[in-house]
Amino acid sequence: MSNTHVFRVDNLVSGYENKTIIHGIDLEIPRNKISVIIGANGCGKSTLLKTMAKLIKPTEGDVTLNGKAINKYPPKQLARILGLLPQSPVVPEGITVADLVGRGRFPHQSLFSGWSKKDYEAVEEAMEFMNIKEFADLDIDELSGGQRQRVWIAMALAQQTDILFLDEPTTFLDITYQVEILDLLTNLNRKFGTTIVMVLHDINLSARYADHIFAVKSGKLVAEGKPTDVLTADLVKTVFDLNCVVIPDPISDTPLIIPKGRYHVKDESATL
Amino acid sequence: MRKQTGEVNFIMEGMRQRRRRWLFVTSILVIIAIGLCCAMLLLGNTIYPVNVVMRSLMGEEITGANFAINTIRLPRMITGVFAGFAFGVAGYIFQTMLRNPLANPNILGITSGSSVAAVFCIVVLHTSNTVVSIAAILGGLVTVIVMYFLSRGRSFSIGRLIIIGIGMQAMLDAVISYLILKSAQQDIAAALRWLSGSLNGSKMTEAIPLVMLVIIFTPILLVLGKQLSMLELGEQMATSLGVATDKMRVTLIISSVILIAIATATTGPIAFVSFLAGPIANRLVGVSASNILPAGLVGAILVLFADLIGQFAFEYRFPVGVITGILGAPYLIYLIIRMNRKGEL
Amino acid sequence: MIRLKNSSSNSKKKQLDIHAPKHFSLILVIGLILLLVTVFASLVLGARVVSFQELMDGLFYQNQDSYGANVVQKRISRTVFSLCCGVALGIAGVLMQSVTRNPLADPSILGVNTGASLFVIIGITFFHINTAGQYIWLALIGAAITAVFVFGIGSMGRGGATPIKLVLAGAATSAALSSLVTAIMIPSTYAMDQFRFWQVGSVGSGSWDSIAIFIPFLVTGVIIALVSAPALNALALGDDVATGLGVRPGMLRFFAICAGVVLCGVTTALAGPIGFIGLLATHAMRLVIGPDLRFLIPMSALAGAIILTFSDVVGRLIGSPGELEVGIITAFIGAPILILLAKRSKVRSL
Repeated sequence: MSNTHVFRVDNLVSGYENKTIIHGIDLEIPRNKISVIIGANGCGKSTLLKTMAKLIKPTEGDVTLNGKAINKYPPKQLARILGLLPQSPVVPEGITVADLVGRGRFPHQSLFSGWSKKDYEAVEEAMEFMNIKEFADLDIDELSGGQRQRVWIAMALAQQTDILFLDEPTTFLDITYQVEILDLLTNLNRKFGTTIVMVLHDINLSARYADHIFAVKSGKLVAEGKPTDVLTADLVKTVFDLNCVVIPDPISDTPLIIPKGRYHVKDESATL
Repeated sequence: MRKQTGEVNFIMEGMRQRRRRWLFVTSILVIIAIGLCCAMLLLGNTIYPVNVVMRSLMGEEITGANFAINTIRLPRMITGVFAGFAFGVAGYIFQTMLRNPLANPNILGITSGSSVAAVFCIVVLHTSNTVVSIAAILGGLVTVIVMYFLSRGRSFSIGRLIIIGIGMQAMLDAVISYLILKSAQQDIAAALRWLSGSLNGSKMTEAIPLVMLVIIFTPILLVLGKQLSMLELGEQMATSLGVATDKMRVTLIISSVILIAIATATTGPIAFVSFLAGPIANRLVGVSASNILPAGLVGAILVLFADLIGQFAFEYRFPVGVITGILGAPYLIYLIIRMNRKGEL
Repeated sequence: MIRLKNSSSNSKKKQLDIHAPKHFSLILVIGLILLLVTVFASLVLGARVVSFQELMDGLFYQNQDSYGANVVQKRISRTVFSLCCGVALGIAGVLMQSVTRNPLADPSILGVNTGASLFVIIGITFFHINTAGQYIWLALIGAAITAVFVFGIGSMGRGGATPIKLVLAGAATSAALSSLVTAIMIPSTYAMDQFRFWQVGSVGSGSWDSIAIFIPFLVTGVIIALVSAPALNALALGDDVATGLGVRPGMLRFFAICAGVVLCGVTTALAGPIGFIGLLATHAMRLVIGPDLRFLIPMSALAGAIILTFSDVVGRLIGSPGELEVGIITAFIGAPILILLAKRSKVRSL
């Protein structure tokens, strides 16, 4: 299964009230692929994602879905195509897992309609997919960080969008859960062809799980493409200002970045 | 995510069960509210039997009963029900939207804003009821707008909003105190109502605008309940689920301020009802669906119940606001303790 | 760490540590001049503006039968009383803020005033108490209980007594107590009459008698505050550092809070609840002379006296021919300051 949505960003300038963060970015999201936006802290990768998800209004330029600016879509219609999982969503007090996942069905319901069979099925499937059915009737507060993150993704899945944005979905999670979440997202992409765009902090996991990398520095796109093509020692130096060695990942053959600091280098005089 | 042959029953069952609980508890709340309404009509200095009350309400001439029931108890009951409902609904909406039970119109100073406008009209301008109502609504809206501009900063924070609200309230309450101190002796009784809400002397003519506005705005708010539930997930999540957050927020705030203001203009600030109704409703009904209706019902029940206590439990008649204040304050403190323990503040 | 500290504190900074803040003497002189002006205004202005001759007559007890001289003498006691209240509230404010390391801690915001009110109204209603001497003890007990209660609630949970937690605990307690106050007051017309005017803070009732009652408490409070100032400076760096510097935080807190509660409790008993003075005085002064408590405490006292007396004069002028109670004025000036503080402070610290 695949989707045919064309999502483009043209000449985008964006930021907060009096601070421009994104200084002119053009890009097209690869269809049915997993894309990862990487960059140093404060480079604007989150701002870029938020602007693409209509959370921030662009100062200049366009964000278009199938040739139409995203803010021209009726909100619910857009929400049926494009979903976003923010970095720190808010948990309403005392809500159960199933009910929270169910809230993802909002864009599919009209003002007056109740719950249809389809809604229940979507919730069921999303929970099945994220392996959280056993928690259905638990309070969110009773879950661990990793389980909670699965619930949020399940909610985004229940929304049944063809494009899904995730803002640092693995932050604050143990490495085990990070891999688990990324595996589940890959599953989602392979099974339904969902176009996934996410911001990730871990450059090596990005290299492994991404089909396509967008490297951002100071609000500009400095490189994009397949991880094997893009992730070089030079790029890491440019984007993160970090000296490193790039070797093939023994597991996936994708680039593996080995950082080089000032100390603990076999031949310390060589780095100076 | 297309159809998969699985048993959807398990999850549907849980969700349906919660929905049934919602319906069940809400119906019980309706029944309790009706029961209290009847009590309001039956009880008083003279306790009339049901059939007399019925006949009197139907318009039959019964000396004594007519006056007590149609002129005193009926307006009191209607005012209590609708004001309580309005306080409950508006409080619930603020609490849910700002995701903090403490963020209710009482603490944010909105009630005080309405009160100032109303007291000013009554004590200084001696205007008619309609003008008082309109002034109260404007007072509430102005307070909200001022609060909005004051709390806008580099980043929004509930804590800041609440502290600003407490500050606004201190100022507005100082104005009320001033107006009351300066008011002529004969106005003091009327003005004192603005220190703690009361149903004493409710008149049908004063209740009409309240009833009308509640009837107009409740359906609007009920329809928006689903959107409100989405807002509860945070600005970003709500936007990505297709809620036009800015528009929705403005609509919800204006509607609930109108409700709270008209209720305040009619009864005075009945303490804590707008604060208590939401959390109690959530506790009783669960938080699966939007609890606007249950919160309104709880509000009405609280007001009627407190008024009955105020009228009959002691040898002296207390205004309803004093009773709700005494009942509500410990709950507020309990809530703060609980939030502190959980580290939510 | 040690090296860094030494290198940053060059000789100039060391001097600052020992000596008064920059421009301290200038600020002190300006403060004293302002105080004099306010006192003069308080004696002269009001519903009836007295002439210079009348002022002199009144001050030096000449020409006793002149109406103007009488007015002035009334105003003398009133002015002295309001100065006392201002000093007490200013110091109470600094103490509470520094003990809790919380910029919003003020007796009125923490509900301590309402606690005092509740006990006073209980005294009036049930025990028919009506002298200032009796009010004081009730108000003190009420203030102390409320302070302990509010701090108890506010410091539960993670992070201790953060500003938002304390303010909320105070507001909630205040709301609870004022419901009780109303409930007790309503059935009794006697209490209502007594209380209606007490409830809005006013220094109009200040007489030499009440000043005489006030002075011992005031002096005790001021001494405790001044003596504990250096230790409180250490406490500002956190409990751990303070302990390292030889301060016992628990003891210090206890004494400082006691002093704060006594000062504002007594003021409340005699003048009624007057809000926001502590907040205003302390923050204004901190802005000008910085956070060193050895200087901040006396300067806040001075500022408190000026602000309260000034507010009282304003109240008399606006409310003429009657008067507008000073509690209303201070709430009106003080609340915007609270709002400003909330606006300026970072979200984290709330």
